[in-house]
Amino acid sequence: MSDSAAGIIRRYGFLILLWVALATLPWWIGRVGGYSALGSKILVYGLATMGLNILFGFTGGLSFGQAAYFGIGAYGAGMTLKYLAPSTPLAILIGTLAGGLAAAILGPLVMRRRGIYFAMITIAIGQLFYFVAVRWDNVTGGEDGLAGFERQPIHLGHFTVPLDQTRFYFLVLLCFTLAVILMRGLLQSPLGHTWVAIRENRRRMEFLGVRTDLYVWASFAIAGLITGLAGTLNALLFNFTSPQDLHWILSGDFVMMIVLGGMRNFWGPLVGTAIFVVAQDYLSSITNNWMSFIGLIFIVIVLAFPKGLLGMVERRARPA
Amino acid sequence: MELLFFNAFNGLLQGVFYALMALGLALILSLSSVINMAHGGFLVIGAYLAFTLTPYLGFWGALVVGPLLAAGIGLAVEQTMIRRLYKRADPLYSLLLTFGLALIIQDLARTIWGAQGLPAAVPSALDQPLSTTFFFITGYRVVILAITAAVAIGLYLFLRFSLIGIRIRAGTRDLESVAALGVNIYKLRALNFGMGCFFAGLAGVLASGILGLTPPMGDSLLMPSFVAVIVGGVGSLGGAVLGGLLIGVAAGITTTYYPAASEAVIYFIMLVVLVIRPRGLMGKESIFE
Repeated sequence: MSDSAAGIIRRYGFLILLWVALATLPWWIGRVGGYSALGSKILVYGLATMGLNILFGFTGGLSFGQAAYFGIGAYGAGMTLKYLAPSTPLAILIGTLAGGLAAAILGPLVMRRRGIYFAMITIAIGQLFYFVAVRWDNVTGGEDGLAGFERQPIHLGHFTVPLDQTRFYFLVLLCFTLAVILMRGLLQSPLGHTWVAIRENRRRMEFLGVRTDLYVWASFAIAGLITGLAGTLNALLFNFTSPQDLHWILSGDFVMMIVLGGMRNFWGPLVGTAIFVVAQDYLSSITNNWMSFIGLIFIVIVLAFPKGLLGMVERRARPA
Repeated sequence: MELLFFNAFNGLLQGVFYALMALGLALILSLSSVINMAHGGFLVIGAYLAFTLTPYLGFWGALVVGPLLAAGIGLAVEQTMIRRLYKRADPLYSLLLTFGLALIIQDLARTIWGAQGLPAAVPSALDQPLSTTFFFITGYRVVILAITAAVAIGLYLFLRFSLIGIRIRAGTRDLESVAALGVNIYKLRALNFGMGCFFAGLAGVLASGILGLTPPMGDSLLMPSFVAVIVGGVGSLGGAVLGGLLIGVAAGITTTYYPAASEAVIYFIMLVVLVIRPRGLMGKESIFE
């Protein structure tokens, strides 16, 4: 590993390219047929799937109810703005902590479970919050969703930054960048290596005296925290949130985005999310039967490309 | 008091639908390790096909043929798609595949039969209350209970005494050994999957007479039946039935006192069971590893 300029470019080239593309996105996305809010949505959902992938791809916990924490973040942010205080940063903070806290409290119920049972229990727990949001309608707005709140300008000392669509995109990018640094740091720490070891062989880790359930719990809580953050940004993006943000269909979509991009790769979820969100956006604009096409994508990916796109690229680059 | 009994009885009926769904889910889960997210889809298939066939076959004919068609379509899906996933150890793929199927089935049902609800016809002879005090107990509701009981007992006898049933039960314990003894486990799993879909279809046909027909009806019954499996204990068919009836009745009783919590109570029961008895009411411990 040399410190020469070429070495740095080889090592960080992808990251530099990615961030240049993301930082200039508002100026080019219109030219390729997109719009700023679509860019924000990709980053928001990408944040959710990358957070989920800490649990799913790196720790091996098949969480199929992650929309719960996404929705809790969204409702947390919306209700903060609506009932508590007109402050965007406070809304993000409270929503994110609510998502993380919910996951931390529910984590002990699933942390000892494996594979298929982990999946079933996370699915079922996720639906609990869906029904709370639907039925507690005088607070949550019920089936119609929570509206009547708006993201507020951010006050920085003497400056006031109004959050129009483009500026909000940069706020999302800032949160995304901070979360990526956090996740990257965690995965490269001993904690992250322990997660991967648990995924590869949980029983062996137990024989080594590692309290694997505590590590799985930590992974569950952090995944919930990051997904919660994504949820708050989603609520602020649309100034709206609905029970659909808590529904198991969204949970399934998250998992599919991860698998589509490649779950063994740190960036896989972001790639999968970008493709999925754009495909959904496009399909729903040309056909009423877009759900069938999404379902078809699921089936084709599972049967033909189980390793995801980045998984295939990697396999080709490094033949085992 | 009468209101309580009314709601408890309604809850029992809901519980019967949950139990039928959960029975199918548990069959497929325990032999093939597949979480069938499309189970609600097979319910919709059974219900709508029975509705379409009722003018030709009559009520009773459709009641038999609808679930059989759901089983047939389930079998075709198993043979063409799910079967390819058995050799992948990760349960993720079958979960995602059946999830995709669920989206497609719901979408197609909406396209073919419309997003509007359709009323399923119940023979007028069965639609009369049996007594004036308990006006809500109609012949149809008694028929539902009787059919479900008969089918559940039939399944028990089949698994207990028939050769195929014994092989299925052995397969849930140790599929490899069963295969080593010369049983074609691919055929076994296909048959078992079809049976599971039959129960989903039956739940659909029976439920449509009470709840009406809508494309998302499978979705709304799918999640409680997951809970029924978890509450009853994964790996236990009796537990799935017990869990379904329990949460159905609990939801019904809750409706009397606090209607807004009638769904949440189902999940609350699950959380309590998971804390107090993680393996479920009738689950075996070893199976949770």
